Order: sequence, then C-alpha cells, then structure tokens
Amino acid sequence: MLQFGRWKLASIFAIIILGVLYTLPNLVPEADRYSINEIDNSREPRGIWRWIPSSTVNLGLDLQGGSHIVFEVNMAEVRAGQLETLAADARQTLRGETPPLLARSVAVIGEEVVVLMARPDDRDAAFERLSGLSQPVTTALGQPGLAQTLTVRRDPSDANAIRIAVTPEQLLAIRNRTVTQSIEVIRRRLDGLGTTDPTIARQGDTRVLVQVPGASDPDAIIAIVGAQASMSFHLVDETINPGPNGQARVPPGRTIYPMADSNPVQYLAVETASRLTGENLTQANVTTHPNYVGPVVGFRFDTQGALVFGDMTRSNRGQRFAILLDGEIITAPTINEPILSGSGVIGGSYNYETAQQLVVLLNAGALPASLTPVEQRTVLASLGQDQIESGQQAVMIGFLAVIIFMVAAYGIFGVFATLALLVNVILIMGGLSGIGATLTLPGIAGIILTIGMAVDANVLIYERIREENQLGRTPANALQAGYERAFSAIFDANLTTFIAAAVLYLLGAGPVRGFAITLGIGIITSVFTAFVFSRLLAVIWLRALKPKVLPL
Amino acid sequence: MSLALIRFLPTSANVPFIKIRMWAIAFSVLLVLGSLFEFGNVGINFGIDFRGGIQTEVRTAEAADVEAMRTVVGDLNLGDPRIQQTGDPREVLISLPLQPGEGLEGEEAQQVARRALEAALEASFPGIELRGTDVIGGAVSGELVVKGVMAVTLALFLMLVYIWFQFEWQFSVGAILALTHDVIATVGMFSITQMTFDLATVAAILTIVGYSMNDTVIVYDRIRENLRKYKKMPLGELLNMSINDTLSRTILTSSTTLVALISLYLIGGEALKSFSFAMIWGVVIGTYSSIFVAAPLLLFIGVKRESSDS
Repeated sequence: MLQFGRWKLASIFAIIILGVLYTLPNLVPEADRYSINEIDNSREPRGIWRWIPSSTVNLGLDLQGGSHIVFEVNMAEVRAGQLETLAADARQTLRGETPPLLARSVAVIGEEVVVLMARPDDRDAAFERLSGLSQPVTTALGQPGLAQTLTVRRDPSDANAIRIAVTPEQLLAIRNRTVTQSIEVIRRRLDGLGTTDPTIARQGDTRVLVQVPGASDPDAIIAIVGAQASMSFHLVDETINPGPNGQARVPPGRTIYPMADSNPVQYLAVETASRLTGENLTQANVTTHPNYVGPVVGFRFDTQGALVFGDMTRSNRGQRFAILLDGEIITAPTINEPILSGSGVIGGSYNYETAQQLVVLLNAGALPASLTPVEQRTVLASLGQDQIESGQQAVMIGFLAVIIFMVAAYGIFGVFATLALLVNVILIMGGLSGIGATLTLPGIAGIILTIGMAVDANVLIYERIREENQLGRTPANALQAGYERAFSAIFDANLTTFIAAAVLYLLGAGPVRGFAITLGIGIITSVFTAFVFSRLLAVIWLRALKPKVLPL
Repeated sequence: MSLALIRFLPTSANVPFIKIRMWAIAFSVLLVLGSLFEFGNVGINFGIDFRGGIQTEVRTAEAADVEAMRTVVGDLNLGDPRIQQTGDPREVLISLPLQPGEGLEGEEAQQVARRALEAALEASFPGIELRGTDVIGGAVSGELVVKGVMAVTLALFLMLVYIWFQFEWQFSVGAILALTHDVIATVGMFSITQMTFDLATVAAILTIVGYSMNDTVIVYDRIRENLRKYKKMPLGELLNMSINDTLSRTILTSSTTLVALISLYLIGGEALKSFSFAMIWGVVIGTYSSIFVAAPLLLFIGVKRESSDS
C-alpha cells in the first residue's frame, strides 16, 4: 500500500495531466483558442491549442439558452392514409384486372378495409386477387423480410365480405420509416436555415427531439419544423362559385380550399386530383420577378415534372392553376402562355424572411406526417448566464467550506484531502470535456454534491488511520493498515451511489441526465483521488519528514 | 508539523444507540405514518414536469405587481393561474394548469395557451422579459410520473440485490427498510412544506437513496468486520460498538455534504431550490436512518453468526 512503483507513479501523473489538459480550455476565452475564418465562419485551433485539447465542456440548453422541443409524429394520420391507399388499391385490383369482379363497396372501417362483393360466388376469386396485394415487409436494411405487409381473410360471418388489415410488422416498419424520414426532413430544413448546432434525435417510438441552442423564440422553430409542407398543383374550376364561406356543394372531383393570407378569407374550387406535387420540385430559391413587388419564390421541376407542367399550361391557357400548401392555396395565377422551361415563381405578399422560409420548406421536402409539439422548454441566454454564475459561486463557497472543515478536523491530512479534492474537480471537468458530455444546471448541482461527498473516502481512511494509530502502531504501519482496511467500505459505499447514478442516467430525462453524468464521473474520480492520489501525498510526506507520531 | 487540530468529535464515542432503539423505532414509525397521512390528505405540490401545463419565469422592468399579473393572467380564462414571487422582487414565476383536450389536439391547446399568455404579458407589462418557458403536454407529464416511480423502485431493488450479494439477506432487508423510510419521509416533507416537487426532486430522492445506502453500507461493513472479530460479543453490544466506531466519520461526511448543499440552497439560484432542499433533508434523514433504523433493525431480524471455532 505504501509502495508506488515507477509505472504506477507515471500513470497517476498521466491521469492528472490529462485531466488538467482537458480542463484548461474551459478557463481560456474562445477567442484565444481559436482563429475564426471570416469567410465561412469556420474555426481552427491556433497556437498551442493545435497540439492540446481545445474544446470546452458542452453547456446544456438550460445554461447557454435555447429551445428544446419534442414533437410527436402523428402516426394516426399516416395509418389512415395507408388504409385509404389500400382501399384504392383493392378497388383497382378488383375492377382493373380481367375479368373484373364486382364489389358492392370497398370501405375503411376501423383499422381494416372491408370489401363487400356483389355476389358471394366471386368471393374466392376476389380473395385470391386481393391476397396478391400483400408483400414481404421491407426491413430496415431495405431487404424483403419474412413477415407479410397485409392479412387478408374471408369474413366468417358474412359470405360477401373480405377483410384486409395491415400487419403489426408492417405498421412497425411504417412507423420507423416515417420517423426516420421526418428526422431527415427536419435536418434539411434546419440546415437550410443555417441553424447552428441543432440536435435532432429520435425519442421513444414516435417522437423527435429538436434542440436549437440560442433560439429564444420557440414559435419560429415550430413554424419551420412543424409545417408539413406538402405541396401540390391543381387546376382551378372557375365555373363553381365556392360561396362566401367556402361551404358550397361541389360535384365529385372538386374541392374548395381557402386562399392563404386573404382577409376576409377567399375560397377557390379546384380539381381534387393534383397534377403535380412537391416531389417533382428539384430546387427553390428567393428571387425577384417583374410582375411582382418584393421577393418571390422561384422553383424548378425535374424532367418529368417539367413535361407535365408544360402540357398542363399548354392545354389550359387562360385558366388559373392553384398551388396548395398544407391545405391552403398560396397562389393561383392565370396561365398566360405555356411554360415549357419547367420553372416558375410563386408571388404574393412575401417579405424576404417568409420567402426564405418557404424556400427552405420546399427544398427540404414534405414531412411524411404532421408533427405536434408535446414538450417545449425555452431558456433565454441571460437566464442561462445567471444560472452559470450562481452555480459557480455555489461551487466555490461549498469548496471553501469543505476545505475549512477538513483542515480543522485532520490538519496536514486535511490539506492532502483538499489537494485531492482539487484534483477531483479538475478530473470531473476534464472528464466531462473529454467525453463530450453536456453540463446542465443539475450537473453543476452534481459537482457540488460530489465535492461534499468526495471527502467521505478520505474521512473513512483518516478515521481508520486514527484508530490504528491509537492501537499503538508506527505511523507507517497505521497508514498502511488504514488504507487497506478502509478500502472495502469505500468500494461498497461508492458502488451503491454509482448504482443510483446509473439508474438516473437510464431513466432520467434531459437535464437530469446531466446530473447523473457528473455524479457518476464524480464517484469514480473521488475514489481515485482519495484512494490513490491522497495516499501518494501521505507517503511522500511520511518519507520526507519521518514523523514519530501521526498528527491525527 | 504542529498544526493544532480541533478535536471536535470524540475519538472513541460510546453513545448507547441500541438502548434507545425503541424510541427511535417509535419516532420512525410516527414519521412514516405521519408522512403517508400528510401525503394522502394534503398531497404534493407537483411541478410542471408532472402536472403538465405552462410555466414561465419573467423579469419585469421594475418591482413586479403580482396582483396586476394575477388579474391579467386570470382574465385569459386558461384555468387557475399560480403566480409566485421568487427571491428577487422583479422575478415572478407564472404557471397555468394543463389545458383540457384529448390527444394531439390537447397538445396543440398547450401551445395556444402559451402564446396567449406570452402575448398578454408582453402587452400589459411593457419591458417584461420572458426568461424561460416550459410547456409540458399531458402525454409527456404522465410518462415522467411513471418513469420517476420506476426509477426510484429500480434503484431500491438494485440496492437490495447488491447488499444481498455483499452481505447477508438480513442486512439487505434492514437496508431497504431504512431506504424506504427515507423516501417516504422525504415525500412527507414535500407534502408538509408544499415545496415544488419536480424532476430534479426525483433526482434528489435517487441521490438520497444512494447517499443513505452509502452511510448504511459503512456501518454494515463495520458490523461485518466486528462480527468476525468478536465472535462471542452479544449482538446488541456489537451493533452499538460498530455504530460508535463509525460515528465520527458519519458526522463529518454528513457535515461536509450539508455544508456544500446549504451553499447550493442559498446561492444556487431558483431552479435548484427544491433539489437542494430535498437533498439537505435527505442527508439528515439518511444519516439518522443509517444509525437509528438500519443497524438496530438487525437486532430484530437477527444475524447469522459463524460459530466461534470455524
């Protein structure tokens, strides 16, 4: 216990030096560590920081300010859409293939598509055909899996009926695909806005977490992330009067939509079937156009989209077409001449910001489902700064009080414990920086708590040494026995606190996890500093002064 | 080295803890029953994390007029608002209850209410700064409650298993009873003081569980050692000796932890108030339970002792 081999010594110092190196950047202003490239705003470590760690601890949103929003992906909507598509496919299969089979009705009822055949004799043939709609589920790797997408069954209580349901495996695959696609779309949108360091992550089964540092207006994020941005192009039917409230009855195949930004709200009747959708767009940008005052949004179709758009404008000259975005008509210009170039503009009452927002939405594509915020936390940077300052003060004062306590109780050994505590805090900071963990306000609380509890190991050891000393052992013997005997208690006791920290990390949400991390790191470092580092100090002291009695 | 040491703790204490165990047990039973009664009767002042709803921390240009705020927020008809002044006269914490509504529509309703609240505050109190806003919907707050309960239960269970492996089963029963005692007493304390019980409080309770366990393990470790050393000593005497052996350590560690926590409570800011309050109480009750509950319980449960010749 009192022997430190050369390698042991080297590794103790290596650990401490690493801790100091990783802590150091937190004490030096960013401007001294990095040179900022003016052109693309990228930063490079400069001077000595090229060779040693230059990044600081990540501050949680509660300390640096920003918005944290959790969105729920509306899966009910996706499932309903899925069933509608399935019903359409079923109709097509029965009617379209030869010989056509006559169905009385094909309808979505609950979570199933129910097909009622006109004659019971057709049911077996229809069953065969509808069973063909089911395919192997596409797995996450894009491979066909073992499970089927649909269950098709004959209704035992109705000789005309066939029931089609989506299998749980397919629902799971759809859910995963929808959430993954949503995350991709959100990322493209936030990147398009030039948002700095957003965090976008899946949370649970159907939720997406979006964290934007520095964003003090959550509504701006909700507007850009939550918009479904499903866009489609329709011909306007001007023979139909939509009525003052858009409540007029319309023939099949026509739908009435409100005009965006109109006051009082105006309505137009359009063809329900879209000619083109946002998926045919390749690129959008903010530009100007001689026909409009202010900025407009220019867009370009892909090859196929350009062909369809060209045909539509050629054969409907003089008519109007409407561009629908999330259930609202954003523009409905008259076709003056065929547009064969495959590009166009959306004009209206845009300012630069709203135009830019639409461009970002169009370029990033539509979300596969709508998103609803279910949790939102926003902190202003100034509040975060206040919290950092009060946290720092509390750490300092707590530290000072503990030092006074330890030195009063244990004299020179209290000084060793204090040095160990100092190294402990350095190792915690270094550890947090090194593993790229996030420091939150509860995390600071974790550091303060660790400072209070870290001396426990030292106290245990010193109490033990004191006892052994009173039994009449020599200082070296007492020291040796004290460290040896205290170890099992220290280990057991710290492991229990570590279990609590681990549970917190696994089940805790957001900032509380930050607490669990600092507590967990703090437990490991405090055992190291108390058991290894303070022992080294005590041994050096013992060798240097060779005391006859221990001052304990 | 002649640094004068303040020997404020006796090096060889001999407090008859075991003798007064009946008083301690009676006190603990009363504490637990009282806490449960208080919890059942008055309930807990759950924070926004568990209640759901909207909460915003505002700073006004001049000293805040709480009554005017109550009127402005009350006029929104978004449920019974809570308006609470923090230490700073310019800072106020405003919260609205969970807005009614099913499913995703209910979630939208929270956001609508937040916008209404923000707009009303900004219109009525020029220069007001909305420093931090939390909106927690019904689904999330429900899950947080479940997760919090799960976390505490899981932590207790893991401790039980750990102590069982490290010691004998009698020890793990004693430890778990002591821990449950601490958790219930903390819940009772929050019920009496009506301090806000939020996510950070659950973190505090888990840490209390860890801390109290830590204390208990130290005493148990000494009991185990003494059991091996003094095979003939009556159990009561042995327990008493073990508690006394570790007493100065227990008091010192609790003191340094308390000192650190009190500094956190006093200057750590509003957001950590209920956390540090829970921790301070937890350290006190955890230290008490290790000495007065966990160890004496072994006397009731009984401990298997090796025969003297093994």
